[in-house]
Amino acid sequence: MTLTLDSIDVALDGTRIVDDVSFEIVTGERLALLGPSGAGKSTLLRVVAGLARPTSGRVLADGRDLTSVPAHRRGIGLVFQDAALFPHRTVAENVAFGPKVAGLSRAEQEARVAEALALVGLSQTGARDVSTLSGGEAQRIALARALAPRPQTLLLDEPLGALDGPLRQRLQDDLRALFERLGLTVVHVTHDVGEAFALGDRVAILRGGRVAQVAAPDELWARPADDWVARFLGMRNVERDGDRATVTRPDSVTVGPGVGATVVAADRDGPVVRLRVRRDDGRELDAVSLGNAPAVGATVSVEIDPTGVVEVPAWRPLDTAAPRE
Amino acid sequence: MPLAFLAVFFAWPLGAILHRSLVVDGSLDLPFDVLTASSTREIAWFTFWQATASTVLTLLAGLPLAWALARFSFRGRSLVEALVLVPFVLPTIVVATAFLALLPDGVERSIWAILLAHVFFNVAVVVRVVGAFWAGLDERLWDAAATLGAGPGQRQLRLTFPLLAPALASAASIVFLFCFTSFGVIVVLGGIRYSTLETEIYNQAARFFDLRTAAALALLQLAAVAAVVVVSGRLERRLGGARRPGRPTPRPTGRRRFAVYGIVLTSVALLLLAPIALVLRSLRVGDGYGLDHFASLFDETPALLVTPWHAVLNSLLFATAAAVIALAVGIPAAFAVARGTRGVDALLMLPLGASAVMLGFGFLLAFADPPLDLRSSVAIVPLAQALVATPFVVRSLAPALRARDPRLPDAAAVLGASPGRVRREVELPLLARPLAVAAALAFAVAVGEFGATVFVAQADRPTVPVAIFRFLGRPGADNVGSAMALCVVLMALVTVVALVSQRVLARGSR
Repeated sequence: MTLTLDSIDVALDGTRIVDDVSFEIVTGERLALLGPSGAGKSTLLRVVAGLARPTSGRVLADGRDLTSVPAHRRGIGLVFQDAALFPHRTVAENVAFGPKVAGLSRAEQEARVAEALALVGLSQTGARDVSTLSGGEAQRIALARALAPRPQTLLLDEPLGALDGPLRQRLQDDLRALFERLGLTVVHVTHDVGEAFALGDRVAILRGGRVAQVAAPDELWARPADDWVARFLGMRNVERDGDRATVTRPDSVTVGPGVGATVVAADRDGPVVRLRVRRDDGRELDAVSLGNAPAVGATVSVEIDPTGVVEVPAWRPLDTAAPRE
Repeated sequence: MPLAFLAVFFAWPLGAILHRSLVVDGSLDLPFDVLTASSTREIAWFTFWQATASTVLTLLAGLPLAWALARFSFRGRSLVEALVLVPFVLPTIVVATAFLALLPDGVERSIWAILLAHVFFNVAVVVRVVGAFWAGLDERLWDAAATLGAGPGQRQLRLTFPLLAPALASAASIVFLFCFTSFGVIVVLGGIRYSTLETEIYNQAARFFDLRTAAALALLQLAAVAAVVVVSGRLERRLGGARRPGRPTPRPTGRRRFAVYGIVLTSVALLLLAPIALVLRSLRVGDGYGLDHFASLFDETPALLVTPWHAVLNSLLFATAAAVIALAVGIPAAFAVARGTRGVDALLMLPLGASAVMLGFGFLLAFADPPLDLRSSVAIVPLAQALVATPFVVRSLAPALRARDPRLPDAAAVLGASPGRVRREVELPLLARPLAVAAALAFAVAVGEFGATVFVAQADRPTVPVAIFRFLGRPGADNVGSAMALCVVLMALVTVVALVSQRVLARGSR
């Protein structure tokens, strides 16, 4: 199912929460909606699900206008932040809810529940009370519940937001494998850049209710639309000059034995070491070291790969009525 | 709909009271003579100080238990919590009669009896209001105070009391209101020596037929009550800020264990004392024990126009009807309150503050003539009881409605459930628990309702509380025995309803 958002506006109490958003997601594609809190991500997701009406604009599925179709007739699944499981039903009853309201027979319902629970790796939990689930389990059951009616399109609202550490990483890997296996069209809201890059074929960056850039992760990293996007993605080697800015990607800055700069910070992040160096002219740069990283205080030389330097427009918030960032 | 109901059955009777007190022979005549009479001043003063004393004693009795239940978990805690609530749903006349049975002659009709009965009745309020607030306070605050050098005494003085102040004030104002408008307890335990505004309204209206004096006293009562309601409303709003982080409470250890268990066991024992005395007294026949008083409930008695058994049936029917009406009015009202519709909350709480006796008296004045002559109608008792019960329905439902998770209906909708289906399968089941509580509460309040019912119940259709009152008003051991037996029946009835609702709860919540 190709999902099209056509100039979606959402205003609440006079404030524009979503401002003229348009993009298209083709069948089987996974789009991550990335942005700081308050950017309108969740609101946009609710518009796609049919839980919120846009003030103007249309939602289309394969060219068919869905805008006035209520949520329960859209056949689009949604996984809520913090699971939102029905507290008065067991795990199995939660998962069976969709098939049940679709009018499937009891046997079919049970088959769907078994299938969905197996997909999320929690086959043994059916009889449990939802209040006994851990945070990670609850999130998986929420996923199983959304998958049980076999939607073609699945929306996820910060599905990993309440989790931390290794659990978060594991569920992220599981989600990616699952999406690929089921060939689902996915729209996935997050404020975490790593999560967006890991789970999205393309990433749409939302800023103040507007789309700042839509691109594949590699493209975003190589050519951010403006300096705000570059900074939001975590790049700090950004220098403004009037209405232009120069972005130097940290992975194109390498250090070697020599002189010209001093290491001011060195933090190991898995296989790489993130460095912060101060050049003799006083300017600071982020760099990445793969091998044996120099220690803090060490004198080093700095080399910059020119392909990692891009010139982008400097972003200025022209529209002062835009919502808070 | 709730508004229309309130307009007819609350505003009109209130208007009738106003009219009766202010207008004589068609012209305005302010009842200064009644309000300035020395007897009125004495009664008002007694009403005030007994309510104040009752409130202070209730706080002192309830705080230790609130602390133990709020800060610690131990085996049987939920049982104790349920037990503490029982006195609150017990009808006032049953509580009063139980203290008649418990206290020795000479003390049984004294100011002490009144104060003790009020404490017994209201400890639940303190435990609930203060306890819930206390449980929500982060205990790391006390740890922080300790690391900053505050000793145990300092921590109580500088932390516990200031933090609890809004809850204490709120609980105190609720208890004060109940004691200020207490009727059954005073009428039974105060005898002829002690009279409050509430009982004096009844005396003037029902005994001396001085409707103008009664109406003037009712006005005074209303003014006093309105003042308390306004103050407590303010206090309650300040309570709203505190939210519980939902941490598990620890088991008490060391010296605290003795304190916690000591407090809990003593409180439970004291709370059980009066009901046990009541049951024993109902079984006492001459020098031995037997079921004679219960058997005699099926016999005709000069105290009533019908057998006491009929009163039980009346109570069941009236209270059921009243509960249905109270739910029909209260559920939409609770939704309005939960939505934050301005003024609805205060409007609905008026009957609660206006006191039952005033309502009964107002009914008597308003519905005695056409266009609405209900004096001989079966409906008058359920209507009056429903009016008393409605605020309880709203109060118990509104927080549950407010606490609903708006994402759950959304979750059901995206899974394909139509709006009707969402209501049926998600919203209603989630409300089963609070609805059952509201229904049980409405029934319990209605079945034990005394102050309004005693005004409007027809002589040949008494309810159980009215029958108990009639028996107590007559001399002789048999009459006292019948009263005790009826109290036991009423107590059992309320307990059964509470248990059944708990059962529904258990099923509804899982």
